[in-house]
Parts: sequence; C-alpha cells; structure tokens
Amino acid sequence: MSATRAVAPPQESPVGAAGRPGAPRRRGGTLLRHLAVAVVAGLLLVGVSYAVEPFRNFQLATVAAYLCAVAGLTVLTGLNGQLSLGHGALMATGAYTVALCQNAFYDRGLTGGWLLPVSLAAAVVATVAVGAVVGVAAARLRGPYLAGVTLAVAIVVPALAVTFDGVFNGEQGLSVPVEPPPLALGPYFPYERWQLWVAGAATLLALVLLANLVGSRYGRTFRAVRDDEVAARLAGIHVARTQVLAFVVSAATAGLGGALLAVLAQSVSPGAFSMTLSLFLLMAVVIGGLGRLAGAVWGAVLLVALPDLSHSVTELFTLSPAAAQRLEGNLPLAIFGTTLIVVMIVAPGGVQGLLSRLGRAVLARWRARRS
Amino acid sequence: MDRLIFLTLDGLSRGAVYAAFALALVLIWRAARVVNFAQGAMAVAAAYVAYSVTAATGSYWLGFLAALAAGLLLGAVVDRVVMRHVNHASPLNPVIVALELVLLIQAVLGMIYGSQFRPAEVPFSRSAFTVGGLTVLSPYDLFVFAAVGVVVSALAWIFARTAVGLRMRAAAFAPEVSRLLGVNVGGMLTLGWALASGVGALAAMLVIPTELGLHPHAMDLVFVSAFTAAVVGGLDSPPGAVVGGLAVGLLLSYVSGYAGSDLTPLAVLVLLLAVLLVRPGGLFSTVAARRV
Repeated sequence: MSATRAVAPPQESPVGAAGRPGAPRRRGGTLLRHLAVAVVAGLLLVGVSYAVEPFRNFQLATVAAYLCAVAGLTVLTGLNGQLSLGHGALMATGAYTVALCQNAFYDRGLTGGWLLPVSLAAAVVATVAVGAVVGVAAARLRGPYLAGVTLAVAIVVPALAVTFDGVFNGEQGLSVPVEPPPLALGPYFPYERWQLWVAGAATLLALVLLANLVGSRYGRTFRAVRDDEVAARLAGIHVARTQVLAFVVSAATAGLGGALLAVLAQSVSPGAFSMTLSLFLLMAVVIGGLGRLAGAVWGAVLLVALPDLSHSVTELFTLSPAAAQRLEGNLPLAIFGTTLIVVMIVAPGGVQGLLSRLGRAVLARWRARRS
Repeated sequence: MDRLIFLTLDGLSRGAVYAAFALALVLIWRAARVVNFAQGAMAVAAAYVAYSVTAATGSYWLGFLAALAAGLLLGAVVDRVVMRHVNHASPLNPVIVALELVLLIQAVLGMIYGSQFRPAEVPFSRSAFTVGGLTVLSPYDLFVFAAVGVVVSALAWIFARTAVGLRMRAAAFAPEVSRLLGVNVGGMLTLGWALASGVGALAAMLVIPTELGLHPHAMDLVFVSAFTAAVVGGLDSPPGAVVGGLAVGLLLSYVSGYAGSDLTPLAVLVLLLAVLLVRPGGLFSTVAARRV
C-alpha cells in the first residue's frame, strides 16, 4: 500500500490547475525545449554511432524502434488510462505494411532514397486505420473488458498472417528489401550505423511530437479523462473522442516502431509479433513508470539489454547445450516478470518515478543547505 | 446432417471445457473484482505437474489428482503472495500484475520443460462411437462432460448449500459487514482463488489432449475463448458462464467445421467484440447502473 494510485504520477498538477488564470502559457517555449532536447539527443546519437562497434549500433537501432512503440503505449496507458495488450499486433500491422510496400516498389523496379520514408509513412497510415477501428471499440470498453479485447487482438492478428498466407506468406513471413546507405556518405559507410541513423531519426521525430502532445491541451484532456470521466465530461471534454484520439496516436507510434523493426531485421514473420511482444511492451511501460516518456527509454533499453545480459549470465555456467538453450530464452522473461511484480507492488512509479523522487530529494536537501 | 450432428456434439464437448474455464474466471471476478489474466498460465503449470507425475509414476489418474492439487495450491499462493499486495485503487494494476505472472510462469515452465510440444495422455479413447452410421461422441467426450458436470454441480452445491459457500458469498458481497460478523474475509478470498485455479487446472487437463499438446502457451487461445464465454454470459453470472462456454464451443466447432480451423481465432475476436459492443453486460445481464 505504498502509493495511492499507480497511474497518477504524484508530481503532476491536478486537472485544471494548468489552465488557471494568470498562469503563463509557454507553448512556444515547450516546443523549443523539446526540439533542443531532440537535437542534442540526435547529435549524441551520431557521436555514439561512430564510437561503438556495428553490433552495438544495431542494438541501439532496435532500442529506438522499441522506444517508439513503448512511448506511444505509455501515453495511452499511463496518461489516458486505457490498457492495451494489442500493441504487438499494431506493430505487426506496421511491419507488414512496410514489407508489402517495399516489395511492391522493388517489383516495379523503383529505387531511390525516398522509398523508405514513403513506406514508413504508409505503415503509419495503415496502423492509424487499424488503431482507429480498435480505438472506437475500445472507447466503449473499460478495465478488464478492454484488456480482454486487446489481448484477443494480440493473439488473433499474428494468426491472420497464416490464415491469409497468399498475401503474408504464412509462418515464413516476408522479406523487406532495403536500400544500402546513400553513396554520399562514402563507400565504406557501415550499414548498421545507417540503420541507427534511420531508426534514431524516426524515433526522435515521434518522441518530439508525443512530448508536445502530452504537454498540450490534448495531453491535459487525456489526463482528465483518465482521472475522472464524469468530471471530464462535465468540464466539456468529449470523452469518447479523446479516448479514440489517444488510441490512434499510440497506434501510429506502434506502427512506426513495428515498421522500423521490420526494416532493421529486413524481414517480418508472425513469430516476431506474438502475444509475448505485446506483454513485453506493457512491461517496458510499467518498468519505466506509467505515463512517463523518459521512463519509456529505460523500458526500451531493458527490452534489448535483458536477453543480452542473460546470455552472458548463462555463459558463466557450464550447462548442457539443451539446458543452456532453455535457460537463455526464458531466464530474461523470468527475471523481467519477477522484477515487474516487485516494481508494481513496491514502486508503482517505475524507474523514472524512483529517479525523479531521488532527484527532488537531492534538490530539496541542496536548497535547505543553501538557505 | 451427419456432419451437423457431429459438429454439434464436438462443439458441446469443447464448450464444456470453456464453460469450466469461464466459471473459474467468474469465480475470481465475483470474489475479488479481478479478471485473472494469469489463469491460462496457471492452468498450464498445473498440467505440467500432471505430466511430470504421470511420467514418474506411470499413472494418469495420479497425475490428474496432482494437477488438481497443484491448481488449488497455486491459486492460494498467487493470492497470498502476489495479488493480496497489489494496490487495487486503479483497476489496471491487478490486470498488469496478472500479465506479469503470465510472463513469469511461462518463462519458468520454458526453463524447466523447454518449449517443444509434449504429447498429453488421455485416460479414455478419443475415437468416437458410431450409432446407426452416425459418428457421435467418444468415451473421452463423455469423460469431459462428466468431469465438468461434477465440478459445476459441486460448485453450485458449495455456494448455495454450505456454510463455507455462504461465507464466501458474504465476504465478496459485503466484506466490511462480514468481517464484523466474524467471517475470515481474507481466508475466503484465498479459498476462492484456490477453487477457481483448481477448476482452471481441470479445464487445462481436459482441453490440452484435444489440441496440439502440452506447451507453455497451450492455453493462450483457450483463455481468450473462455474470457469470451464469460463475457457472453456476463462476468458476474456462473450459470451465464456455463451457457456462454457451451455457446462459444458450438460456434467455434461450426466455424472450424464449415469455414476452416484457421478462422477460429478470428471468430472468437468477432464474437467478443460483437457481444461487448451490443450488450456489454453480457446476454444474461439485468440492467445495471454505472457507478459514478
């Protein structure tokens, strides 16, 4: 019984306080600040991409792809209070759209640097369409019902790839042909670095847009609907419309994340978008702290780092190959599951919640010492 | 016509299992206002216990009993160790924790048993009798009906006729008042979790041999079907869960028989959405006021 509610991060001002008369509105300032952070992060990423080996570049690119989806989900679940277990399926939608687009382009013999952005945009559009359908249904559902429906979506959509194997090529999946890095970057430009640049740029763009949305009037209505639907309705907020909007935004980022994953792996198959992926995304959101965009970074890093870590751990022991294989796939899941249950019970604010609490405590002590 | 009869009987047999599983969901929902999303994983864990016991002793029935015992125990442990400590202020929290349990249980099962499909034994033959040229039920189907029938009647008897059942209903309905009247509310909640998880384990034992076999994810789709069944009946109603289970079983049997088994997951999703959008309280609900 550590906190009053897990979904409401404690430091946020209550609904309406942000709009009180006399409070300065810093909309332009917010946009500039987010852009500045994004530019710094982008420069940092470019620096890192030259400093580390290609495999780490690829891993960072994967983190970026996951981050996209996790950030969208944290807005939906943490800020709007809608629990979606179907984001793995939305990622699959984006991934398959990108695969179909790229294949269509290459079958027609088209080449050029503009293909990938067009395919990614198509993936976002397709996922937005699917997300709107699910979101309209979701806006009428609450709590466990919504979780159940989205769980069904997460299980059913990958199965569709097998049902309609004429288009999606069943369990085998599709390959995603991707252009090599542009020649302007030099003939020996590592492919993994290019992947990190593409994924990083797309994700930073999505994050800036999300951060602005969260800080805007819409972000406030999201939170108002989450905290008290009746009060939000009395305040003139169209609850259903807000919920559908939140779902669509979150679907768009999930689609982009899935599309990036497909581009990175250069293939898509239903196995990559199982129910476990949907659970993973939710868990990444929880571990970072529900509703915290900065927390999404922790979650996404963990999603990529844990399998790697457990691989190193299993190598410490001498095990039979079969046992090692069993451990390797499942140990990260077990650690993840246990950690999360503890996080959920002990620290519902997640990692980012702990960090900001720590930061505030340090700041308070520092101020107390100065005065 | 023959095919219709066969599919109907097959669907009812499948539906009986969904009914049992849905009943387990309803039991926990009524007792704790939690939809136990970990039910499928917990039931698979119990089925793996049965697999180990049967492999060690060579007896199906010892394994069967072990699964039921493991199910009861696992339910009580999950309530006492995890669910009891979750902050229920937001309805999201118990759902999230249940999903974390799914990850954990499936990972532990994967570590111990690996993720290949293992054949599950059946106590009776699964080849159907033919009566006058018509293929009807198999002995195994009859066993399924008998087992589910016994469990459903036993639960009905416990809740309607025994003192423990009365206490459990009281604890769920008015916890504060019951506590004042000397009911051990926490204990009743644990008992409810244990019973539900035991019923879930039974359902897993019955359904897994009819599908691909034992696998950490074996109950994923069964869970969704059973959740649909529980929603069709209205999450609050045990008789609704039984009827809903039979209805979902019939629907899935017809869809896979006439349109192809690939389409059954899609059919479940469509049914779930249709019921929730048209009658969110389930087909058996009375008009309920939304709490403000």
